[in-house]
Amino acid sequence: MELFHLYAFCSMLLFGIALHGFLFQPHLVRKVLALNVMGTSIFLFLIAVAHRDRTPSPDPVPHALVLTGIVVAVSLTAFALGLILKLHKETGRTTLPSVRREAP
Amino acid sequence: MSAWVDAGRLLLVAGLVAVLAATVLPLEPAGLAAPVAEELEASGVAHGVTAVLLNFRAYDTWLEVGVLFVALVGLFALRPTGVLPHAPPRAVSVLFKAAVGVLAPVAGIAAAYMLWRGTHAPGGAFQAGAVLGATFVLLRLAGWRSVGVLVGWRLRACLLAGFAAFLLFALVSTSAGAGLLAYPPALAGVLVVALEVAVAATTAVTLAALYVSGEVE
Repeated sequence: MELFHLYAFCSMLLFGIALHGFLFQPHLVRKVLALNVMGTSIFLFLIAVAHRDRTPSPDPVPHALVLTGIVVAVSLTAFALGLILKLHKETGRTTLPSVRREAP
Repeated sequence: MSAWVDAGRLLLVAGLVAVLAATVLPLEPAGLAAPVAEELEASGVAHGVTAVLLNFRAYDTWLEVGVLFVALVGLFALRPTGVLPHAPPRAVSVLFKAAVGVLAPVAGIAAAYMLWRGTHAPGGAFQAGAVLGATFVLLRLAGWRSVGVLVGWRLRACLLAGFAAFLLFALVSTSAGAGLLAYPPALAGVLVVALEVAVAATTAVTLAALYVSGEVE
């Protein structure tokens, strides 16, 4: 079991935790945070793949993928937070209606 | 009842993680480090990541700049006008304002350095754009004039510069018969830096505009 497997398994564990938070946390800002952690766990996996072979220089393609992914994650977060702010301004709430109906 | 639901959810996610681990961990990909190292000379830059971002996978970078723009358009759609809102009046301490006034030019130089450094070491357009965008946000928070001074065609020009630069390059290279986003080897270095400048400027203004569009009045 090499170091890569440790990083890869950690990233999948983080992904699972964040996925659970994204699906089952009612507060919308927590969902956005969970989405960010999901994305970051994938970045961790990609960097682990890039450094796997211990060659003098790591594989640059996953590095470029991570850079692109970070920018896309920032755009997504900004848009989602803007939507949440608008929802809060219009309705005064930060959870979605279907979740509120089921809440005990 | 609720404990069973929670356990069921945990089991579902744990099962997904197990399937993921079982399928992905045994994979042995060869990686693309060798082909990139071979073509690095001809790419116009001396760093592998910048070469991949701006040359070999320039198409992905082009679309990424498009994604930034689309997110901003989405936020603009939530506002009554397409103009960046004025800063809400806030009490700013003199110390903070003075400190940001000293920091901002230094951060601008740091951003320019990061952009240039990307040609031979870690750095490049997005790093520079992120630092510059954060500087614009700090300036706004400290009460200095910031990205809000851009209106009308100036704002649109800054927001579209990155995407338009790539589009122009794509049109020229395709109509010259070289293919999509193909660099002429002699001009590759200069073109990469020019594209990076456009992308950095657009990224900085777009990131600051994303923040500004979400400010609560």
